[in-house]
Amino acid sequence: MTKTACRIRGLEKSFGPNHVLRGIDLDLRAGEVTVLMGANGAGKSTLVKVLCGYHRRDAGTIELGGAPFDPADAADAIAKGVVTVHQNIDDGVIPDLDVATNLTLDRLTEPGAPLFVRDSKLRAEARRVAEGMGLRMDVRSRVGDLDVADRQMIAIARAMARAPEVLILDEPTSSLSAAEAERLFALIDRLRAQGVAILYISHRMSDIRRVADRIVCMRDGAISGIFAEAPLDYEGAVSAMLGHRMTDVDITPRSGGAPVVELGGLRLLPSSAPIDLAAHDGEIVAVTGLLGSGKTRMAEILFGLARPAAGEIRLDGRPYAPRTPREAVARGVFLSPKDRGSNAVIPGFDIADNMTLPFLSAFSRASFLRAGQQRRATQAMIERIGIVCQGGGDSILTLSGGNQQKVMIGRWLIEPARLLLLDEPFQGVDIGARRDIGRHIRATAEGRATIVFVSEIDEALEIADRIVVLHENAVAGEHVNRNIDLAAMVSQVSGPARPAAQTGAQDGQ
Amino acid sequence: MGNDRLLNFAIKYGFLILLAGMVVYFGLAAPGFASPRSAVFVLQSVAITGILALGVTCTLVVGGFDLSIGAVATSALMLSAYAMVVLEMSAGVAIGLCLLMGAAVGLVNGLLIVKFRVPDLLATLGMMFLLIGLQRIPTQGNSIATGMALPDGSTAEGVFSSTFLWLGRHRLDLVIDNLVPLPVVIFLLIALGIWLFLGFTRQGRLMYAIGSNERAAGLVGTPVNRYKIAAYMISGVMASIGGMLLAARLGRGDIASGTNLLLDSVAAALIGFAVLGAARPNAFGTATGALFVGILLQGLTMMNAPYYTQDFVKGVVLVAALVFTFYLSSRRGTGRS
Repeated sequence: MTKTACRIRGLEKSFGPNHVLRGIDLDLRAGEVTVLMGANGAGKSTLVKVLCGYHRRDAGTIELGGAPFDPADAADAIAKGVVTVHQNIDDGVIPDLDVATNLTLDRLTEPGAPLFVRDSKLRAEARRVAEGMGLRMDVRSRVGDLDVADRQMIAIARAMARAPEVLILDEPTSSLSAAEAERLFALIDRLRAQGVAILYISHRMSDIRRVADRIVCMRDGAISGIFAEAPLDYEGAVSAMLGHRMTDVDITPRSGGAPVVELGGLRLLPSSAPIDLAAHDGEIVAVTGLLGSGKTRMAEILFGLARPAAGEIRLDGRPYAPRTPREAVARGVFLSPKDRGSNAVIPGFDIADNMTLPFLSAFSRASFLRAGQQRRATQAMIERIGIVCQGGGDSILTLSGGNQQKVMIGRWLIEPARLLLLDEPFQGVDIGARRDIGRHIRATAEGRATIVFVSEIDEALEIADRIVVLHENAVAGEHVNRNIDLAAMVSQVSGPARPAAQTGAQDGQ
Repeated sequence: MGNDRLLNFAIKYGFLILLAGMVVYFGLAAPGFASPRSAVFVLQSVAITGILALGVTCTLVVGGFDLSIGAVATSALMLSAYAMVVLEMSAGVAIGLCLLMGAAVGLVNGLLIVKFRVPDLLATLGMMFLLIGLQRIPTQGNSIATGMALPDGSTAEGVFSSTFLWLGRHRLDLVIDNLVPLPVVIFLLIALGIWLFLGFTRQGRLMYAIGSNERAAGLVGTPVNRYKIAAYMISGVMASIGGMLLAARLGRGDIASGTNLLLDSVAAALIGFAVLGAARPNAFGTATGALFVGILLQGLTMMNAPYYTQDFVKGVVLVAALVFTFYLSSRRGTGRS
């Protein structure tokens, strides 16, 4: 029986009214890779941040090697033996310094570290660490000159220099090519053999198949499934992660009128299979898939933020190849992007200015804004979608997440669209607002085609007439939203049982 | 609750109340302060820095910064003098050249920032050095005046045209004859123009959007780069106008003048954040900020404070205004949510 390195019981964490972790029980065992899966907002990153000392927990206990573990801050967590390699590699290394300094950086912050740095001693120490990890680069080279995988290795090697009991890897392959990822997996195998308990967070099925000893799924701040018996039930894990409890939204799928947008032989990446797809007038198509499946890439191509590798797009029968969002908007293609905080909300503006931002020219005469018109249009939209606020003059930041999202979507409903793209419209949105948004999108669907990009199957089922599943930048399945065979769809989401050749490139998610 | 209201009131009107209080105090304590002549003197002293400050406000609005305005202004000063005195051009051509130079510098600043990805402070700092050096080359580091010796041995025959000098020296009649200097009128017109542009036009609103969240502004189809470049071009043109007015007032291409322009105008724009609790760059605040500094210095001078304390006083006002803006506004922000 393997020994439990880390025991988590009843862990809870809230941010204001937002109950993010609702009683997590989890054991991490020495010499085992535990894969943590969960959709956006499931609470994975909060759990990681509690473990690595960024957040204090509200309730529950964590034991590390039998002793209570209550890190005061990130440095304390590392000192006690929980080391995290974060998703963004450049957060983990300092590109302007050499390998030796990077590998020994933590030593420099230890209390009692000597005032002067002796390079020769530092390098000897660094060489020892590097050899222990099987790294063969010159410790004097600048980290910024190394490739991504090497930088990742260095971040991990630095973490390992502390001989941790628990190593947390947050989406470590997200910017690695297949060959680079294989080097990382070899390193993980080595660490597992040394008896380190590894918590591996990923969405990539091919990675998970390669490294997982055990899969833990999270959903809505709770553990929704643990799969420990070999052979691991990967499809079960995906459905536990995405969940598909029957929704109480009744949808009568419409097939729509004439095609509005047609993708012909569109390749998202040079190496991916061509996509043929059409969205029709009045129809709502949901495009679903795991992180990295190509959803965001497709949205970006349609909105002029990225170029397809091959193939063509037709809008109302005419060729459509936007080079900028401006050109897309001019053709009536609107995108409500994901991550509204960084991509959509103008924090300095009130609701009315946020709402009318894309169409200010319609609200101005000879460049001068007509505040009255702006206010009236905003008020009308506030009533239509049911935004809870005092009025259009409120600062956008006073609204809750769901209401902010309603403003961000309402912004694109002011003028009629030909093609409306909604990328993760339900991200960070409570269930009530989600229903309101879904209902409103369906009610206004006539006269345009709508494509909704969602990673949760629930959300797709709630809004779409037709669901398209993407996997590895290609269409893996297509379903009309009526009596869908969920098992089949889930297996399309998680991909074929044989790991497909992994593409190294990313779609930017 | 009462406390919150008081805080909000203080943030909104505190600065204007302070300004009014200062005027009343100096009016009572310094004989002659509360007179039209004195008021005009204040306006005249802030007109040129005010114009520069309005330009830098536009770059602050798009989330940038322009350190080259002082150098652009002195370059315009030297260029207008060189054009008229050495090249013997007309006032109109000289003015056209200066405006073009300001716009070109702004364009280069903008391109450095949006195309070459040089951080705004560094790009405009580099431009500042470049211009300070460049404006000395044609005259070998000398000031320009009629009769000066040129590098080729001849003397400069040209003179400042009277039209040009009129711009800097003419005074309009308002109640009292010859009261309001033309630069003050130009300053007020520009302030009105920038205020309308930033506050009430579609383009101004988009520029604020860019300054608040550039990504989001781009994702609604705003040509972000074009607007940023335009902001730097406005800044460059404003600075060149300021420089020309200075040349017209001095009547010579004085190489050493305009040293304080950059700091004074940046201070005015930053003080402007605090006016009416805007907590963001705005034209009304900038103009008020410039006036505030002008009134304070005028009052202190009339109460016989020594001239060498002036920069210290400006510094104190600036630091106080910044604390006012950032500390108090952030407290208000947390109080609300």
